[in-house]
Amino acid sequence: MADFKLPANSIVKPGKTVKAPEGATNIRKFIVYRYDPASGDNPRTDTYEVDMDNCGPMVLDALLKIKDEMDSSVALRRSCREGICGSCSMNIDGRNTLACTKSIEEIEGDVKIFPLPHQPIIKDLISDLTNFYAQYASVEPWMKTETPAPPDKERLQSVEDRGKLDGLYECILCACCSTSCPSYWWNSDRYLGPAALLNAYRWIADSRDEATGERLDELEDPFKLYRCHTIMNCTDACPKDLNPAKSIAEIKHLMIKRKM
Amino acid sequence: MSASNDYRSPLAKVKGLGRSSDATRFFWVQKLTAIALIPLTLWLCYSIATLPELTYEVLIAWLKSPFNAVMASLFTVVSLKHGMIGMQVIFEDYIHTHSLRFGAILFTKLLSYFMMALGVYSILRLSLGN
Repeated sequence: MADFKLPANSIVKPGKTVKAPEGATNIRKFIVYRYDPASGDNPRTDTYEVDMDNCGPMVLDALLKIKDEMDSSVALRRSCREGICGSCSMNIDGRNTLACTKSIEEIEGDVKIFPLPHQPIIKDLISDLTNFYAQYASVEPWMKTETPAPPDKERLQSVEDRGKLDGLYECILCACCSTSCPSYWWNSDRYLGPAALLNAYRWIADSRDEATGERLDELEDPFKLYRCHTIMNCTDACPKDLNPAKSIAEIKHLMIKRKM
Repeated sequence: MSASNDYRSPLAKVKGLGRSSDATRFFWVQKLTAIALIPLTLWLCYSIATLPELTYEVLIAWLKSPFNAVMASLFTVVSLKHGMIGMQVIFEDYIHTHSLRFGAILFTKLLSYFMMALGVYSILRLSLGN
């Protein structure tokens, strides 16, 4: 029989509201997802009224202000605060992005902050990306060669061949793309997802790599690669303006090319 | 997510049963049938629209043309094949119980091939019969 009941702890309830300090005139409301799986309680959304006259311009600035001054129990990942580490990826105003590069001014109305969709939650805005990182590891993201490197110099690559890696090597593994993909939501146990596939293509496209065929062999699978239905959410979500959908299309093109 | 008593490493889970190797052919046939359906559908719409009237006798006379019979057979086979592949993709996307997914795909395939045979037989019988 079909189970028509929602899983335990799946309903998000409204939580507490933390008011801005007395006298604050420029207030924005931040609605933040809160969940501690260890507590057994349902997730909730707490509302924080932030005094924007004493806050930096980015969503991460507001979150750190909330954590430092209003509620130290809010859990989030962050590190570089300049869009290069990929730690503070989360769903802000309905879109996956990096909190550190997302301007509060761009958002109309209350700022709704949720963790990356469809991943297990460790706490609050921290999602468990174990599977995501394992998928990245599974594409063996390092150069594979049989020919020994020249003893006196590096492996050479033409300017044109190096250019083919632009738009690929910049991936910071923030998981915004993979967790925005409906195909990944339904089948992340078998579909590698846009981030891992973009990184697979980064090595397939590298003229110095000698394992192109083996790399394509590994992706010859209805789930690992072909669960991509060109929905394009990945490209839309990428905070680094990369195009994972194009990389996946290039892999499919090479798959066809080697069969013809 | 996996059960708490699953001690396999995350990488072992991702690698799973390994790759299954006829995926590109499946993908290629899906695209090929989609492309083939563009002229076939245009031809079918144009042919039906330009018939003087939609009566049994007129349609039989129309099917007596070898070209129309071949094109109608092609349309039947290609559209059913494309539909079969499409349904398989949908089942693979949304049915996560393996036995149910297997059964749904098997049923769709058997039904599609039966409909192909029935369709082509019917067209040929109408086209070649007296």
